[in-house]
Amino acid sequence: MDERVAAAFALLPDYLGWHMALSASALGLGILISLPLAVLASRFQAVRWPVLGVASFAQTIPSLALLALFFPLLLALSSLTKAWFGTTIPALGFLPALLALTIYSMLPILRNTVAGLQGIDPAAREAAKGVGMTPLQSLFQIELPLAAPVIMAGIRTAAVWTIGSATLATPVGQTSLGNYIFSGLQTENWVYVLFGCAASAALALIADALLGLIETGLGKGDPRRWLTGGLVLLIGIAAGVAPLALHSSKPAYVVGAKNFSEQYILAELMKYRLEKEGAVVTAKEDLGSSFAYSALRTGEIDAYVDYSGTLWANILKRTDNPGRMAVLAGLGTDLKTRDGVIVLGTLGFENAYALAMRRDRAEALGIHSLDDLAQHAGELTMGGDLEFFSRPEWTALVGAYGLNFKAKKQYQPTFMYRALGSGDADVISAFSSDGRIAADDLVILTDPRGALPPYDAVILLSPQKANDPRLRRALAGLVGSIPVKAMQTANYSVDRDADKQTPRQAALALAKVIKR
Amino acid sequence: MPKLEPHTYPAIAFDGVSKRYGATAAIDAVTLEVPHGQFVALVGGSGAGKTTLLKTINALIAPDAGVVRVEGRPTAEVEPPELRRGIGYVFQEIGLFPHLTVARNIAITPRLLGWSEADIAARVAELLDLVALPREFAARKPDALSGGQRQRVGVARALAARPKVMLMDEPFGALDPVTRAALGEDYRRLHETLNLTTVMVTHDVMEAALLADRIVVMKAGAVVADDTPRALLAGHADPDVAAMMQTPRRQAERIEALIHG
Repeated sequence: MDERVAAAFALLPDYLGWHMALSASALGLGILISLPLAVLASRFQAVRWPVLGVASFAQTIPSLALLALFFPLLLALSSLTKAWFGTTIPALGFLPALLALTIYSMLPILRNTVAGLQGIDPAAREAAKGVGMTPLQSLFQIELPLAAPVIMAGIRTAAVWTIGSATLATPVGQTSLGNYIFSGLQTENWVYVLFGCAASAALALIADALLGLIETGLGKGDPRRWLTGGLVLLIGIAAGVAPLALHSSKPAYVVGAKNFSEQYILAELMKYRLEKEGAVVTAKEDLGSSFAYSALRTGEIDAYVDYSGTLWANILKRTDNPGRMAVLAGLGTDLKTRDGVIVLGTLGFENAYALAMRRDRAEALGIHSLDDLAQHAGELTMGGDLEFFSRPEWTALVGAYGLNFKAKKQYQPTFMYRALGSGDADVISAFSSDGRIAADDLVILTDPRGALPPYDAVILLSPQKANDPRLRRALAGLVGSIPVKAMQTANYSVDRDADKQTPRQAALALAKVIKR
Repeated sequence: MPKLEPHTYPAIAFDGVSKRYGATAAIDAVTLEVPHGQFVALVGGSGAGKTTLLKTINALIAPDAGVVRVEGRPTAEVEPPELRRGIGYVFQEIGLFPHLTVARNIAITPRLLGWSEADIAARVAELLDLVALPREFAARKPDALSGGQRQRVGVARALAARPKVMLMDEPFGALDPVTRAALGEDYRRLHETLNLTTVMVTHDVMEAALLADRIVVMKAGAVVADDTPRALLAGHADPDVAAMMQTPRRQAERIEALIHG
């Protein structure tokens, strides 16, 4: 078996277990909320339109956005509960994913239940009244059983949607089959992407078939069918979720990673160092850039690596550039007083935002610096990663150099480099520690006006674990010990097409370079 | 319903009962008494108010004015489900529950009343015998039965909780003539042996004349004639009623002529 397929299989119990736990509980919760709501909606016109309207509206929100929106919502709720009851609620991971998927599952169940109940022959309803049933007896003994096949069809649709959308739980920090897809996309590991898609599709098909068995069983009044379907479904969920319970030794530490290769590698490296100290560690990967800091601040992750310029501009909202050491010193004091977050130290390399071009193109146009670029910007297309154009660094660049490009395009980082190669973009927002800069023979344009702040990689610790001796001991050895060349090599070993390494393998190779 | 002194009151009494839908009166100040043991047929054209009047008896329709009494007690004073459990009801469209077996359909009211499973099983068997259906039908679904068999189940279900009053809304309307006649005669026998009070809505005057003790003719929500079949067949002051009663009489005479001619 291919090494990558084997690696994918090794992760399956964990990913599949979480995926099933998440989609089953979202669907279950969706049914519990939707059925009573649909019964009310089918009886009262005044309830029907608001309920169906809100559910339809929720459905039109892109599912990734719906998942992401629960993060600030839960964060706000969490600060409320902290003020009132002294407890916080997690804003990342299972809870936001569960809530978003529950809302997502509701529309088909609501719609079909309302349609099923309204479609019942009025003679049957009158007969139920005539034999002396109360409205509730009529509902449970006559109307719901008669509408059951239509309701089940709605539940089937909801199940397929929920299982598919659950892959999007990965960016809010909940492990799912989406981990294959997101990390595979990032590291150009197409085996992972396909594996994740296939696993999720297979799960959806199996769930749909079993629910279909229940549906026909209910339709034909054949208890053997729906009992079999229900039983296999329950056993399947139990079997899928069981591995989670079996090795659910509660992790002592959670390390975080944003959504690119360097972050995966550094998370694996921190995990490895902690495990050497005998700790149980999990990683929360693919966090959006601003999620990561919030997650650290609220203690949902204990440590992650961020970059000084990013923190300076995005967290402290500073637009000045007082120089490398001043930025680091400012971060150390301000993050601590503001949020209780500790800057443990710099790793020893910078991963700066920089604008890069193909060497041949830059030389042909005579572009060396951003000042040169500004002269030609009107004929060039700028490619940015997904967040670049909304970051303060972009505003600073435009302000300092008056950049005015012919066109701006956004790419997933992987495809951004491809776009530069194919000529779809002339300039891209690159990272200085990216191994592809050397491999693709790109030039970094100099920044004579100092518009871009420094981007030293720094280890951040959460307020809750700020004084944890084991965490400090394990990670202190990383401070000042990763030169930029070592990081570029590690990054490239994950990003390249041939002889591709997993982030874990790259982290282990990097660990050998580190002296301490 | 608590049993009152028997026969102190009529089984059913309407006192100035009216029901309007918008500008039209579906029933218009009807006053009528049905003594115990009587078989009354409500006849009239469509829209005459027969079914509306019938449904006020078991509170499927609440009158706007007037009082309906069953066993002397105003129906408005009883919780509707409780009232309906004490009154047998046979539906126009048969109204069996398609997802329940014959036995479950028949047992529905006893089960609502909390009878024991043993009593229910015995009663289902007894009722299948009573309406002349084989006992093995108990486990079948309604859609596996013919129309006539289904309406026999409908009658059995209405009788299940031993009501004294039976309401029937065009009970045999959807059946072929042979089945219809057989079922009518069988039901009339049950009416006698179980000592029931029956109110049946029908648009078939022949059926009314052959089965009922008394025919009440309605027109535009009001009672226009109320007498025995014999008296009404002999003629009536209202020309519409007279014309209506002429039809079965003329048919009978022509059949007679065919047989003997």
